[in-house]
Amino acid sequence: MKNSISQIKKALIEKKISVGELYDEYLAKAKSGNNNSFNLVIDRENNISSINDSQNRYNNGNPLPLDGIPLGIKDLFCTKGIRTTASSKILSNFIPNYESFVTQQLLNDGSIFIGKNNCDEFAMGSSNETSYFGPVINPWKNKNSQNDNLVPGGSSGGSAAAVAEGSCVASMGTDTGGSIRQPASLCGIVGLKPTFGSCSRWGIVAFASSLDQAGPLTNCVEDAAYVLNSINKHDFNDSTSSNHQREDYLVDINNNFEKKIKIGIPSDYLEDVSDDILNQIDNTKKALSKHGIEFVDVKFKTTEYALSTYYILAPAEASSNLARYDGIRYGVREDGESLDDIYLNSRTKGFGDEVTRRILIGAYVLSAGYYDAYYRQAQKVRRLIKNDFQRILNEVDFILTPTTPNEAFKIGDKLDPISMYKNDIYTVPTSLAGLPGISIPSGLSKNGLPLGVQFIGNYFEEKSLLQLAALAEKELSFNE
Amino acid sequence: MSNNWEMVIGLEVHAQLKTSSKLFSSSPNQFGSEPNENVNFIDSGMPGMLPVMNFGCIEMAIKTGYALNFKINKYSVFERKNYFYPDLPQGYQISQFEFPILSEGYINIDSGDNQKKIRIERAHLEQDAGKSIHDIDPKYSFIDLNRVGTPLLEIVSYPDLSSADEVINYMSSLRQLLMYIDVCDGNMQEGSLRADVNLSVRKKGQELGTRCEIKNLNSFKFIKQAIEYEFQRQINIIDGGGEIEQNTMLFDTSTGETRAMRSKEFSHDYRYFPDPDLLPVNLSQEQIDKIKPLVGELPQDKLNKYLDNYSLDKDIAKIIIAEKQNANLFEKMISESTVKPKFIAAWLVGDIFAFIKENNLEVNSLNDKTKDITDLLKLISDDVISNKAGKEILPKVLNGEGKPSELVKELGLEQVSDSGELEKIIDEALVGEEENILKFQGGSDRVLGYFVGKCLKATKGKGNPKLINKILLEKLKK
Repeated sequence: MKNSISQIKKALIEKKISVGELYDEYLAKAKSGNNNSFNLVIDRENNISSINDSQNRYNNGNPLPLDGIPLGIKDLFCTKGIRTTASSKILSNFIPNYESFVTQQLLNDGSIFIGKNNCDEFAMGSSNETSYFGPVINPWKNKNSQNDNLVPGGSSGGSAAAVAEGSCVASMGTDTGGSIRQPASLCGIVGLKPTFGSCSRWGIVAFASSLDQAGPLTNCVEDAAYVLNSINKHDFNDSTSSNHQREDYLVDINNNFEKKIKIGIPSDYLEDVSDDILNQIDNTKKALSKHGIEFVDVKFKTTEYALSTYYILAPAEASSNLARYDGIRYGVREDGESLDDIYLNSRTKGFGDEVTRRILIGAYVLSAGYYDAYYRQAQKVRRLIKNDFQRILNEVDFILTPTTPNEAFKIGDKLDPISMYKNDIYTVPTSLAGLPGISIPSGLSKNGLPLGVQFIGNYFEEKSLLQLAALAEKELSFNE
Repeated sequence: MSNNWEMVIGLEVHAQLKTSSKLFSSSPNQFGSEPNENVNFIDSGMPGMLPVMNFGCIEMAIKTGYALNFKINKYSVFERKNYFYPDLPQGYQISQFEFPILSEGYINIDSGDNQKKIRIERAHLEQDAGKSIHDIDPKYSFIDLNRVGTPLLEIVSYPDLSSADEVINYMSSLRQLLMYIDVCDGNMQEGSLRADVNLSVRKKGQELGTRCEIKNLNSFKFIKQAIEYEFQRQINIIDGGGEIEQNTMLFDTSTGETRAMRSKEFSHDYRYFPDPDLLPVNLSQEQIDKIKPLVGELPQDKLNKYLDNYSLDKDIAKIIIAEKQNANLFEKMISESTVKPKFIAAWLVGDIFAFIKENNLEVNSLNDKTKDITDLLKLISDDVISNKAGKEILPKVLNGEGKPSELVKELGLEQVSDSGELEKIIDEALVGEEENILKFQGGSDRVLGYFVGKCLKATKGKGNPKLINKILLEKLKK
């Protein structure tokens, strides 16, 4: 088992290790890693004052909540003075002059950034193969074909791989349709997508504004609570940031529930799935039943529409969000004879195929004559999906689903976009509803690869969701 | 022969709102700064930046709603209008589309001797774009993003206007109202108020023709020229057997001509959709009601008050209400003085405005001189000094050269209103005038004027003419 944040903090408090030694240990792993999980590693000299300040706080006996903890940051968060690329050629030279709200909270709480994690270009992808900086390799190997390099999932594939390979204690990811939960599942770690509106989007390179949400990828559920405590705050500069009262997610995390808990399992999610996946649900059910938790069958009416709804709405927003990358003010510019040529050349050469595909889909579904049939219709269906979840969450406390329909696959295996999109079939509905979801490792496949299950809770109920995940985690822990 | 033709015009007026910061960012909203001085990360479209609505813009829109008789919508939505241009850093303009904040308003304008109701379809909030400057360098264009994100209220009329004069009246009424309610500075030269003119022509009584839109006109003169040119251009095409193409036109201020910028075929598909970075605007009735008292008196209210309560002539009243600062000055003088409003008004639009014009002053600059002005007007209306003397002293008072009463003494302009003294003068004047006296008593009124003139002359112009008149009459009738 890797060390958890609380274990590391204990070692730092007890002076068994210094902040600098801890940082060096992780930095060395990040630098020597073979999985391409970082687009950029931050050298010691650039972190030296943070390291010293952190050590001083430990020496003075007043460490901050995440003091000295080495974190990876998905290369989608703008970090002041540190190159931020969204894993795209078009931003490959971009150094922001501002710090995203979420990463600022993490810095305020004493954490130290190891580097910027690789990800799918503009977070568009489910295998981390669309990155301009090349694919990320899953640290796990199929025991039946050890030589194959597997995908870590995506889009936060670099974050998931980095945590799994031990080159950072935790990593900040973003989730639009499953980009935290799916790679967490394929890399055997914990991934939490909070309720939409929990964590500010300010300073995160936007993909689909109505869906994007920051969240942690961690080794254990308790670590997710540590990070969530730091980043889950109201931000006046994000109009969609909720200003509800936040809780301390660490309190009660290791306690059993006081009330009787009922969990719904949507049987329609489990049609046509492999035994590997069914086993995950069964294992989880067994493990939690021991604690007196009740399981009931629930049925969604909208599941079959979720993926197509998502692949209309997310590209529509993306086509507009990515319009600012025009080569005029920042980023890579390709020259041309006319203004139109500059736009055309910069964007054609600056964006990869998947991003181009989604921009085109988005522009299409928003264009005159198609808007009503696609965009408006998809918005209506999204409302129905939300209602569907609300209906079920009125009957049960949580919903249990697989996180992914399959284990990690070989790099280059899923070239057809539609089969790639289907990877997110269990995570996309939650994103459309804006609900929180957490993926935890639940077991290994026949090939010895990690798989996860997803728990979905009600809006802003992260506290009990983490409590449930922690309970399940105790029962489901597997050996690497 | 344009006699059988009529023009049908609808106007889209863009009014820059007078807020201190921009519509969705905290950068200052001001004209005349150094290029790219008022630009922050949001305005320049940096990755991950998010808009935050400036509620001051909503309040100004609500005020406008009251002033232009709009239905104020509790629910409105900001959408993205997508197009590429270097002075549009986000790649989209945030604007209201399907759900504007104001709908179905109207104003009444003068049309000949009558009033005409001009219906207004909608008004919505949107961001302005930056400025591209193409004439500094032969190879490069320059971009100034200061104007990016400046709040605009776009006011879209129905095609109810049918002449250049009506358009000018409509535009100036709008300008007057927006300035009255303090939401726009009305400075057309600086682009605070600009109009897109949609114009089509038809033979009288026939169906609507195809329209052309003339973009971005920022003076009354250009609006008039553009309309007259475009009207004739369209008639010439149809008379020549051609058809009007639905084009977007530019007005060339140097030639006074309109020319096509792009045709409908090449019109943009803006791919509007609700901006997911912003929540819909949901206003409560209380929020809307709270703004009403801030609207204040509108020009029409003032006009009615001036006619009914102050008995002003309509023409004079209209000059005073034309600008809010005139009306403010006028009402300040009324409140500080017992002189009749009508008397004050006559002097204001006469000698006082003439003085302002001659000396290139702001009306507001007289706000601290109102007491002196009304003191002077009181001396005139009380016959302490003559009208003529008043005109002589006024510039000195306006220049702050002294108090009216002191100036009167200094210049020896006080009228003789002592009836004893005047009686003596009149008696002397009547000596040797027996013949004329008889003529008067015989019914010749003209003789009276002769006597008044003679007496005034004897007082060196300082005698109170009314009093002289009165005493003369008494004596002559004996």
